[in-house]
Amino acid sequence: MQVTMTVNGEEVTRDVEPRMLLVHFVRDELGLTGTHWGCDTSNCGTCVLWLDGEPVKSCTVLAAMAHGHSVRTVEDLEQGTVLDPVQEGFVREHGLQCGFCTPGMMMTARWLLDHNPDPSEAEIREAISGQLCRCTGYKNIVKAVRWAAEHRPIPAQATSDEMSVS
Amino acid sequence: MQVPAPVEYERATSVDDALSLLERHGPESRLIAGGHSLLPMMKLRLARPTVLIDINDLADLSYLRLEQNELCVGAMTRHRDLLSSPLVAEHFPIMRDAERVIADPIVRSRGTVGGSLCQADPSEDLSAVFAAVQAKAVIRSAAGARTVPMDDFFQGPYSTAVGPAEILVELRVAIRPGSGSAYEKVERRVGDWAVTAAGACLWLNDGRIAQAGIGLAAVGANHFRAAEAEASLVGATPSEEVFRTASELAAQHANPVSDQRGPEDYKRHLVGELTIRALRRAAARATGLEG
Repeated sequence: MQVTMTVNGEEVTRDVEPRMLLVHFVRDELGLTGTHWGCDTSNCGTCVLWLDGEPVKSCTVLAAMAHGHSVRTVEDLEQGTVLDPVQEGFVREHGLQCGFCTPGMMMTARWLLDHNPDPSEAEIREAISGQLCRCTGYKNIVKAVRWAAEHRPIPAQATSDEMSVS
Repeated sequence: MQVPAPVEYERATSVDDALSLLERHGPESRLIAGGHSLLPMMKLRLARPTVLIDINDLADLSYLRLEQNELCVGAMTRHRDLLSSPLVAEHFPIMRDAERVIADPIVRSRGTVGGSLCQADPSEDLSAVFAAVQAKAVIRSAAGARTVPMDDFFQGPYSTAVGPAEILVELRVAIRPGSGSAYEKVERRVGDWAVTAAGACLWLNDGRIAQAGIGLAAVGANHFRAAEAEASLVGATPSEEVFRTASELAAQHANPVSDQRGPEDYKRHLVGELTIRALRRAAARATGLEG
C-alpha cells in the first residue's frame, strides 16, 4: 500500500507492506537510522519518535497508521549546525556511553521540556520510566535533561556565544 | 526481528464505517486502537487477523463526561487522559490509582481504555477496575446499541461479549453519593503486569456499606470479581474486622497459578493483603479522610 506522511517537515511517499512497523519505515525506507530498533516489545524505548507531536514507541505502530500524519525523529533535533540543548546536555553531562538508548531518551526529553520547562528529577525519571539504559544508571541522563532545562533554546546570534563558553 | 504476519489494512472514518468494514471483512478482521496489546500479540503469532481496521481517527469516541449521574468514558480515551482527568479523580480515584501503575507514560499516551478492556488479558488492571466499580459497557452493531454489565462483558481470558461485527463504544459508571475507591498493585518492576492487584469500591449510606465492589487482576477471579468478599461487606459498618473477613474470603476464592511472576501461595497471600489495603483506602476516601 502507498503511505504518505510528513517526516521532519518533509512529505514522503513510499509503497510498503501494511505490516511494516514505523521504526523499520524510518530506518529502512527513509534511511533515518538515528531512531534505534531494540527490544521489539515496547519495553526499551530506544525507538521513541514523535507522532503528531507525541512520543510513541515506533516498534508498536504500523507505518500505515502514520499515513497522513506527522513524524519527528531524532535527526530533527539539530537545527542547522546548532545542537538542541538536550543534545548539548547529553554531551556535557555524559548522558550516554554506548549510545543505544540515546535517540529515544532525547526525543522524550525534548517533549518533556516542551511541556514542563523546569522538571524536577522525579518528573524526569517518571518521563523516561518506559525507557531502558544499561550504561549510565540514569543519573547522567537526568543531569543531561536538567542541563537542557537550564539552557533553553535561545536566539541564533546569542547561541554561538553561549556555545563557546565551557 | 519480530514483525506481524502479512495483513491487510483499512482505516475507519466513523463508527458506522468501522462496523461496515467489520461486516465486509468477516470474523478474522480486527479493530486496532492504540495497538499496544494487539501488535505484540501479532508479532508472536498469538493473533493472526487477516485485516486490521484502524479506528484511531474516531476522535468522537475519546471523551470523559458526566451524563445523568453517570461517568461516561469513550472507548478511544487514552490511558493518559483517564490518569490526568480531575473528573475521574473526583469520582473514581481507583482509576487514577490504577493508571499510575499501568505500563509507562509513552505507552499510556497511545493505549486506549476500550482496547485494554476488549483485550481482556487476565492480568489487565483496567478490567479489575471497571469490574470493581460495576460499570456497564455500551456495544454498537449495525442493529444498534446494547448495554451489558461488566460481568457479562468479560466471558473469559481474552474473550468478551463484543461480537465479530460489533464495537465497544463507551463505558458508563453510575455515580452515587458516599462512594470511595482505591487500587493496590504489586509488580516486579515499574510498568510490568501485576503479580497480583486488587481494587475496591465502597458505597456508604448512613454509615453502612450499601454496596461493595472488589476487582482482582492476575489471579483467575471470575469476571475479575471477588463476589463472596463483596457479599460479606454489604450491610456492614466499615471496620478492620469486616475488611479482614472480606479479604480472607477474596484470598480463599481466588484461583492464582504459579508462573514466572510468583508462586500460587504468594499470590494468594497478596490477594488478601492488597484487598484489605484497597478497602481501607476506599473507606477513608468515602468518609473524606483521604483524597
